[in-house]
Amino acid sequence: MILNMGPQHPSTHGVLRLLLEIDGENVVRIMPDIGFLHTGIEKTCEAKFYQQVVPLTDRIDYLCPMTNNLCYVLAVEKLLGLEIPPKAQWLRVLLNELTRINSHLVWLGTHAMDIGAMTVFLYCFREREEILRMFEMVSGQRMMTSYFRVGGIALEPPLGFFDRVRDFAGYFPEKVDEYENLLTGNPIWGMRTKGVATISADDAIALGASGPTLRGSGVDFDLRRDMPYSSYEKFQFKVPVAQEGDVFARYMCRVLELRQSISIVRQALDGMPEGPIKANAPKVVLPDREKMKTEMEALIYHFKIITEGFAVPAGEVYQAVESPRGEMGYYVVSDGTAKPYRVHMRAACLANLQALPKMCEGRLLADVVAAIGSIDIVLGEIDR
Amino acid sequence: MALTPAVTDLESLKGHPAVARLLAWNTAVVQQAKFDRGEMTIFIERGSIREACLVLREDPVCEFNFLSDVTCVDWYPAEPRFEIVYHLLSIPNKERVRLKVRLNSASPAVESLTSVWPAANYFEREVFDLFGVRFNGHPYLRRILMPEDWEGYPLRKDYPVEGYR
Repeated sequence: MILNMGPQHPSTHGVLRLLLEIDGENVVRIMPDIGFLHTGIEKTCEAKFYQQVVPLTDRIDYLCPMTNNLCYVLAVEKLLGLEIPPKAQWLRVLLNELTRINSHLVWLGTHAMDIGAMTVFLYCFREREEILRMFEMVSGQRMMTSYFRVGGIALEPPLGFFDRVRDFAGYFPEKVDEYENLLTGNPIWGMRTKGVATISADDAIALGASGPTLRGSGVDFDLRRDMPYSSYEKFQFKVPVAQEGDVFARYMCRVLELRQSISIVRQALDGMPEGPIKANAPKVVLPDREKMKTEMEALIYHFKIITEGFAVPAGEVYQAVESPRGEMGYYVVSDGTAKPYRVHMRAACLANLQALPKMCEGRLLADVVAAIGSIDIVLGEIDR
Repeated sequence: MALTPAVTDLESLKGHPAVARLLAWNTAVVQQAKFDRGEMTIFIERGSIREACLVLREDPVCEFNFLSDVTCVDWYPAEPRFEIVYHLLSIPNKERVRLKVRLNSASPAVESLTSVWPAANYFEREVFDLFGVRFNGHPYLRRILMPEDWEGYPLRKDYPVEGYR
């Protein structure tokens, strides 16, 4: 029998449609059908100035806007050959790790709810709300932050921001214990996740899976540690790896990542360097508001950047960052003008989704729900 | 971090393991190489891309075992018009390399990588969908993001941003 699951189905986390060929309760074949959320962002980017693309990157993966901002600005900065001041880099790391926690909390809550554990959802969203409030404090927006700029970040964080983050970092590990108390040792959770939807390391690599989906299968690879960017090499953290390759292994990887992320946040707070938050590149970075009112040159640069954009030397770069879901990559091609010739996003979820049929075929229909949750898909990123 | 000019001289890039391996395998395959902004790009002869990837994947020194991405750039109206771009990653060596294949505008087609990495499946379907480049040997080459009955290839440069009205 062919069963149609989605695109309006609560456990497909968006508008994923799965065509399931089933034999009784066993899944014989899965055909994912995507594209319902395709908005042509890559095409739109080609018609915008480099700095105007930043808000579009938020909308690709609405659960980790800062990660996408970072990846894009890093790519453009690499094209320009810009040096970013340490304070901006550390702030980017801090905000990226908060984004990772935010994204993992949404994943944990919805994943647990899919499998039937309702309470966790409410707990996770309680902490997520605090992160969104911090985002609002720093960028003025809860979800579509657009806070990073080519050459630095938009504004100095407001007074009290760091205290609020420190406060959060203080009590968050306790909250992770709370989630773990509800799930990790829970026999029902174990039955629904252990040995379910397994994938071997070789298959995961061949199918292009990355992030926790890859590390859950025993491949010890994290871009933050192995190919560091934005001074991640200055932070100490462990990369959680699990060997089993099942839903539970991916769950454990992400929960342990929550703890590592909060440790990185704490390190970033403690070692936050002093100094400017924008690179010294007047042709690329917008001048300060105050300078514009007093200096002719600053006003001219401001006018030129807003009306004409800034030209980027011809060339191409591929910049990848470790998003909460895996390898998020931006391939930016410049032809020497102020608009990107081509922007391509390598979506981690698109590749991870390819692993879904491998995980589920030959297994029970109920396990498909657990498997979808465990690869943490975001359809905005898949369809772009 | 000032920009250094790109190195395009094949002689001086021979030290790079991927270039060295490909040249040792078949000198005719490597058309051109470029080292720019810390990234290596190798232009591959269009008929040999699958074998070249196989060589790079199986080589014990290079070990490019992970296909990060497949995409395309349209250089309309220049010829060869399309550049298919492959980003390979070596997980053991923590290194990347970019392979490129140039295709003419008349019925662009290239061999599919799905037999080397199943990961190529969706990436190639996406390129087919948005650029109209065919991948020979692909198991299920159909539109993936756009509707089945869509006309035209949206990411081509001669396709208007607002679409045809």
